[in-house]
Amino acid sequence: MAEALPVIWFILIAVLWLGYLFLEGFDLGIGILMKTFARDERERRLLLNTIGPVWDGNEVWLITAGGAMFAAFPHWYASLFSALYLPLTLALVGLILRAVAIEYRGKRGTSQRWVDGWTWCLAIGSFIAAFCVGAMLALTTTGLPLDANGDNIGGPFAWVTIPAVLGGVGTVCFSILHGLLFLTLKTDGDVRVRARVLATRWAPVLLLPLVGWVVWVQVQSSGGVLGWSLVVVAAVAAGYSWTRMRSGGEVSSFLGQSVFLAAGVTAIFTTVFPVVLPSSLDAAHDLTIHTASSSGYTLGVMFIVAVVAVPIVIAYQAWSYSVFAKRLTVDHIPPAHTVPAAIRGHASLTV
Amino acid sequence: MELDPVLIARWQFGITTVYHFWMVPLTLGLGLLVAVLQTMWHRTGNEVWLRATKFWGKLFLINFIMGVATGLVQEFQFGMAWSEYSRFVGDVFGAPLAMEALLAFFLESTFIGLWIFGWGRLSKRLHLTVLWCAVIGSWISAYFIIVANSWMQHPVGVEMIDGRPVMTDVWAVLTNNTALAATSHTIAGAVSVGAAFLLGISWYHLWRRRSDGIDTVDDTGRVVVGEATDVPGRDKADYLVWWRSLRLGAWVAVFSFAAVALTGDIQAKLMYEQQPMKMASAEAACHDGTQFSVLTVGDLNSNRCEDVTPVIEIPGILSFLAKGDFETDVPGVNSLIPEYEESYGTHMPEDPMYGEYSGQEIDYQPSMFVTYWGFRMMIGFGALAAAAAVFALIVTRKGTVPRSRFLSHLALWGITAPFIANSAGWIFTEMGRQPFVVAPNPDPSGIDGVFLFTAAAVSPTVTPAMLLTSVCVLTLLYGVLMVFELKLIIQYVRGGVASAMPELAQRESAKTRATATGDEDDVLSFAY
Repeated sequence: MAEALPVIWFILIAVLWLGYLFLEGFDLGIGILMKTFARDERERRLLLNTIGPVWDGNEVWLITAGGAMFAAFPHWYASLFSALYLPLTLALVGLILRAVAIEYRGKRGTSQRWVDGWTWCLAIGSFIAAFCVGAMLALTTTGLPLDANGDNIGGPFAWVTIPAVLGGVGTVCFSILHGLLFLTLKTDGDVRVRARVLATRWAPVLLLPLVGWVVWVQVQSSGGVLGWSLVVVAAVAAGYSWTRMRSGGEVSSFLGQSVFLAAGVTAIFTTVFPVVLPSSLDAAHDLTIHTASSSGYTLGVMFIVAVVAVPIVIAYQAWSYSVFAKRLTVDHIPPAHTVPAAIRGHASLTV
Repeated sequence: MELDPVLIARWQFGITTVYHFWMVPLTLGLGLLVAVLQTMWHRTGNEVWLRATKFWGKLFLINFIMGVATGLVQEFQFGMAWSEYSRFVGDVFGAPLAMEALLAFFLESTFIGLWIFGWGRLSKRLHLTVLWCAVIGSWISAYFIIVANSWMQHPVGVEMIDGRPVMTDVWAVLTNNTALAATSHTIAGAVSVGAAFLLGISWYHLWRRRSDGIDTVDDTGRVVVGEATDVPGRDKADYLVWWRSLRLGAWVAVFSFAAVALTGDIQAKLMYEQQPMKMASAEAACHDGTQFSVLTVGDLNSNRCEDVTPVIEIPGILSFLAKGDFETDVPGVNSLIPEYEESYGTHMPEDPMYGEYSGQEIDYQPSMFVTYWGFRMMIGFGALAAAAAVFALIVTRKGTVPRSRFLSHLALWGITAPFIANSAGWIFTEMGRQPFVVAPNPDPSGIDGVFLFTAAAVSPTVTPAMLLTSVCVLTLLYGVLMVFELKLIIQYVRGGVASAMPELAQRESAKTRATATGDEDDVLSFAY
């Protein structure tokens, strides 16, 4: 068991990141679509309300992935997060802007400047967050210039590499497509139709960078049978998703897309295994699941916590999705929220 | 001038954490009170409680999101700016953070979404339950993060292997006496923040009603409730919303301040054992003694004992705070420094890990100015707010507040008092830990060998320029967001209950809206 724990935790971390990309993928996509897809204020509010009840819970997958990395692989967490100091600062700015925008945007719904400003924050924040998280996940498989202590010695911009840009763009594009597919499941009327048309038309283009990233990783670290077969699974799933979308099969298309994501992420994570963060300077400095991990005791304790908690979390999150399963249309959106000016009343009015 | 990365990284952590902890206590405290209000509505069916739930719930949400957003930074910056710290403590410190996410954040975030959008969609009972789940989630998260913090104050449950602490007993970490004391102290402090918020804002509205001539008082000073029919929400039920909120806030404030004092005393007694230097510094106590300093003047900032002079001291009180009697001498800074030097050396090790501090002489005394005044501001503002709550209970016993503009302003500004006390307390306890990030505890109160100097905790290759960039960006962003949050809160407060319940403003007309299906229930009862 003690031997298996770092492997189990590696799998769990991959699952947490997968959960994050799967769930927050469409949240981020909706955020970007607020500016690019929605045609008027009612549509923007419709889009926002499809993720309204669930986005905050989705974002916790990111916090959990980060926290679990800290607990299970502190050296991985420390090296990766400090090496990506600037892009992560940017990601935080994006995530903060986006979170506040979702909550504050409608709180003064009658002020056009207020609403427009927050829409921009939401769209740009989502874009930045998707890009930076994607770049980070790409770099943890393709490597950074790390010294023996695991510190980045390539300067503040060592992270600007082709795989990072590919991963970043790939995640942004994937999120947009994922958001469109999500809209076909959650909305009705014109928005649903347009989302389906757009998804069908753009799917091949939007998936291309992500496929490129997966293939890049396979080539770079000579993926082997498992890696390449997962790439094939991902490609087939993407093709299936696309053909189903063309014939109007929204649910099966979304499922196909999900299989694509799962196979792609698994391919990326398994290819470099047991390395978790390669050093581009010297293979001896690579962080592996053994050199980066916590003690067997800590891994064991956290394993028990995760085994108990994760199924419960998935259960109540699934329940929350089922509560808000109904498709929304622009007609469901109530009028903009008005806040009365300071209320005053005078003696002459009293009864 | 060479910029010191340790200093910038500390400023960044300080700024982002103090800011985060303005939102958090209000989330913890107000969340509980909103849940209580909704429970009252559920049990009585009285619309007054519903209105109170909606109004305070709206303010709760405006604040909640800021806590969520700024909390992300907290978890990331350990790895980003403090990678050596993360490597050192990872085996024991990451666990409570991961538990916090798995056992608390998911609960809090998922159920808050269900609560916001669940009005009219979930059954009343279920809707109340999801709110309690979210509130309990936030309290659990407070516990776990304080478990992590308390391990830095009082390391337990570990063994040093290869120069790093390795967890051997998770139960010891989770039941760390410092963590239990600090959690109860923090939660009590958070509830006092929520209570003061209710008290101050309700006072404002009751005063508004009086000064607008809606409510009057009779000869005996008892309130005569009126109503202004054409002003949205200014009916008789509106009076009850504010009156009950005010009394609830005041009573909860009184009890929570009592709990703050009680738990603070427990925590202080632990601190005198575990980190004697912190407490000596907080007292500006240079020599051993029993006396508590009421006022010490001189240049506290110089951090040198010869520069400060105690002006007013009360004998025995310090011993009472520290040990529970009036005689035992409490060690002062001058006698502690040699002990620390003997245990942990006079100079930092010659190691690149220590950066510029490598081989430098160690100053074991935390900033006397910050700890001395931080400690006093915490207690002072807490006591002030407690006195104000008692005063409010007495003054409002006849059903409303006086027609004094001054008192109304005082009630609103009074909301800041427990916030200041909370911040001051945290600044004191964290600055009092210096020069350590993981503080050694002298035998027998802790495992003496487990400690880490702050100078050795930062990320080695993150440059001062990078740190400066992020601290500027985050401070600017936080500053702007603070303006927006306050703007929204003030606007919603001024609008009264009608701002959270637009239907009050449109009782008769335009309440319904045609939809595609013609079914009015189809319109979301809440939407962004």
